[in-house]
Formats: sequence, structure tokens, C-alpha cells
Amino acid sequence: MESVARSQSAADPGASASNDKTLIYRQSRWTRLTHWLWAISLFFMLLSGLQIFNARPQLYIGKESGFDYNNTIFAIGAENTDTGPRGYTEIFGRRFDTTGVLGWSGPAGQETSRAFPSWATIPSYYDLGTARVIHFFFAWILTTTLIVWLVASTVNGHLRRDLAPRLDDLKRLPQDIIAHARLKFHHTREYNTLQKMAYGGVLFVLLPLMIITGLAMSPSMNSVLPFLNDLLGGRQTARTIHFTVMVLLVAFFIVHILMILAAGPINELRSIITGWYRTDPPAQDDKNVERSA
Amino acid sequence: MAKFQISRRKFLTGASLGASGIMLSGCDAFDSQLSVGSSLRSFLENANGLTYRTQRLLAGRDALAPEFTEADIRQPQRPNGVTAPDDDTYKGLLANNFADWRLEVSGLVEKPLSLTREQLQNMPSRTQITRHDCVEGWSCIAKWTGTPLSLVLDQAVVKPQARYVMFHCLDTIDRSLSGDIKYYGSIDLIDARHPQTILAYGLNGKPLPVENGAPLRVRVERQLGYKMPKYLYKIELVDGFATVGGGRGGYWEDNGYDWYGGI
Repeated sequence: MESVARSQSAADPGASASNDKTLIYRQSRWTRLTHWLWAISLFFMLLSGLQIFNARPQLYIGKESGFDYNNTIFAIGAENTDTGPRGYTEIFGRRFDTTGVLGWSGPAGQETSRAFPSWATIPSYYDLGTARVIHFFFAWILTTTLIVWLVASTVNGHLRRDLAPRLDDLKRLPQDIIAHARLKFHHTREYNTLQKMAYGGVLFVLLPLMIITGLAMSPSMNSVLPFLNDLLGGRQTARTIHFTVMVLLVAFFIVHILMILAAGPINELRSIITGWYRTDPPAQDDKNVERSA
Repeated sequence: MAKFQISRRKFLTGASLGASGIMLSGCDAFDSQLSVGSSLRSFLENANGLTYRTQRLLAGRDALAPEFTEADIRQPQRPNGVTAPDDDTYKGLLANNFADWRLEVSGLVEKPLSLTREQLQNMPSRTQITRHDCVEGWSCIAKWTGTPLSLVLDQAVVKPQARYVMFHCLDTIDRSLSGDIKYYGSIDLIDARHPQTILAYGLNGKPLPVENGAPLRVRVERQLGYKMPKYLYKIELVDGFATVGGGRGGYWEDNGYDWYGGI
């Protein structure tokens, strides 16, 4: 590692030749600004969304909710047992005891029946109306940000340069998976294959799907886009997809944070705040050395 | 400079610290600033206006809510809210099978009306199989039969300054220090004159049952369930609703729901 060729960034011509790491300008102001607007809006949309879910903590498949028949695939609830009330979560008919978190939670002695616990909802107490105000306020911010980012990233080349998949990405996928499993990362200007898949998946699949399924739940928008629910399999299926995509976004967030911690939180944070990123020198044993900055 | 390599132990420590920080952040931090009327709440509610105007712009006057087939009716209409009004007036009317019930149409109209159930049922009717979407998140498909509200409005001749239709109901939804609160709600004249907006007296081919709002309830198919009052007895044409109830246009609106209820 110490004997590799020195690299020097054009953006940082003053760097010493003995310095084997180089600061490069990696993230444009558009990427940074939209990143933080998404972070804020997704935080509020998640916690207000869980509050909205608490009003009807069941998910169904189809056009409507089955009350006289069963089309429920997911439910959070509470039930009385010999040892007192217990919270449960039911997925495809299989029931799990989730007392303390899902179904039955609260401070000791003051537990209440609620699907998601108060620490995971805004407001902390049950208030569907307020949660809806917050949810739709940030829905506008999130959607506007996505459109701004799409336009800016098309114009400044971020899409084409950094996110567009290339044949090369497929070839290096196995070694990327190994590198991630070992938590050993080679810091370059480019996103690696797994990063492209994750970011592309969130921005081009999950967020658009979230917006589409959100609109599909609106009776007013159903009169404008009546085909949406037909495509999605009905309003209640749309609601189930909306919830599932939420789970995937939370999973993305957790992995995203873990990867940042593993890859060097100072460097990663600096790049998403200031744009400047410290890259590793190209490694000679790295087959993808040409991809490095 | 040595390459930054984080050890597994450091990684796991950092990860769990980060996770617990997220947990501890809690969400009661926002509670105090979110009550109806607070400045932060009012600021966030501006988005409701934007949502309403966008839906109006896109859906226009006559875009229809999806309608379904008989095969989609798989269960009775789920009742919600008040399902058995305990009010003496209502119970008296029910005991007599609503023979003494009248629908009053008043306010900003040229010809105030007082209609019996028979008079309403003798007017042209519309039957539609639609999906009822509750604000809580559930849906239920049912067949509704009723008199188009536009026909009633035409008969009463709405004055030009009227902007909203206010629905007054017989059921007590809440009690306050100043007395019982009867359910009420409002829609604008565009939705009032929408072809699918009916005053429903029939459900799934039978007379409207008590739990679903007998003798008459509103169907506004492009909006959520709380915009469709049950146990209706008076329709009032108004130019605003600031002086009624909490001033936000309806019982649930006074309790923090958005007025339009289109999403």
C-alpha cells in the first residue's frame, strides 16, 4: 500500500507529492443541498407516516379492506393474555410477540395499545390530523427536491458520469461485494457498483414508487389518474406497497449510515457538506485502477 | 498519512452509538408546537392549501371517481364515527320511521326548501358503486343511491354570493363545556355540483341503515369519509364558515383535519 504510485488531483495542485491521499471536489452543491433536504423530509415523513399507520395498523391486498373476509397480510395489535396485555405483530398469518415495541408500549406501568411506539411517531401522542399536516408538507418538499435534483443532475452530468450503470460495473460487482463484506473500501471519486445500485434504486425506484403509491391512495387523484390503482392492484395494495417501500427506505438508511461509519465518517460527511473528498491512491493490484480519480 | 482503516470493534461501537442516538432523539420534542392555531402548525398547514389547489386544478369540475361492479361488493359497508345516535330528536324521528323528518335547505338561497323523504326519492336518482376511503386508511366498496345534490340546489336557487354548502347533522359527535357538538361539515359548490355528489338514502339496494347515516347522508366521492356527513337534516348555503363551530369548516377540521380531505 505504501509503494503505490502517487496521485495528484488537478483540483488540488498544491498537494505535496509525498501525500498519498488527495482531496477532490466530489459532490456538487446540487447533490449536497438535495441530499440534506431529502434527509430532513424523509425523517419527518417516516415518523408522521408511522403515526398515520397507527390509525389503521393493518395492511391489505386488493381494492378494499376485508372486514367480512380476510385480505389482511400484516397487522400490529394488542391482546389480553393470562399474564396481562401483550403486543403482537402478524405477518402473513404468522404471529410474533412484540410487546414493548409494537402493539403494546409505553413507560413502565403506563403502557398503551398503539402500533408503533410513541418514540417513533410525530406527534408522540395519537394525533392523525397533525401527522397528516406534517406528512403532506414534507411530501411537497421531497417531491420538489427530487425534481430539482433530476434536472440539476442531468444538466451538470452527475447522472451520466456517476450514476449511469456501465458494463464495467457488472464485472466488478463480485469484488465490490467482497470489499463491502470486509468493510474495506477503496476511496475513489466514482461510486462503486453497490453504491450505484443503492442510490439509483432509492432515487429512481423507491422514491418515485413512494410518490405514485401516495397519489394512488388519494380519492381526488383517483379521479385524475384512475388507471393508477388498476396498475398497482387496488388502493389497499397501493397502501401496502407504500408501507413496504418505507421499510426498504429505512433499511437503506441503516446500511447507508453503517457504510459511512465503516468508510470513514469524517471524510464522508465532509464530502456531503463541503463537496471535498479525500481519495485513496490508485492501488496497483486493483483491476479498476483506471476508474480511480 | 496512514490510510484510514476502522477496526471491526470500532465500527460496531460507533454503529451502536449512532443507533442509540437516533432512538434517544425521541419525537415528543415537536409535540408542544403542533396544536391547532400554533404558528408552526399554521405554517405547515399552508401545504394543505397548495394540495387543495393542485387537486382542484388537476381534477377540475367533472372528473369522476372510479366506479366498480356488483362483483366488487363483497361485504356490508363498514360504519364509522357515530353509529347509533343517542339524541332524543333523532330517536323520536327513527321511532316514526322518519315520517316527520325533513331536509331543510336554507341560507343563501332564493327558495328555502323543506323536503320529505318521499319528495327526495321522487326526484331523479343516481346509483353508483364507489369506494369509501376513510382518513384512517381503510377502504370499503358499496352501492349508493340518492338524489344528486345539484338538483336540490337548483330547486332552491342558490344566490350568487354563496360559496359553500354546510351540512348540519342530528348526531352528537362530542361534548364540550358549552354543550353537545353535533356533527357538521362543508364542501364548496364545485364539489356540491359534481355529478357523483348525491344525498344518499339507499345502500346496496336497501334503505340506508342507521349505522350508515339514515335517513340521509352525503356522498362526495372524490374526498375522504369525514367529508360525507351522516344523519343529515339541514343544508345551509353560506359565503364562509369562520363563524360556525371552530371556524375551520367542520367537526373534524376543527380538530385538526384538513378542510378539503382529497388525499
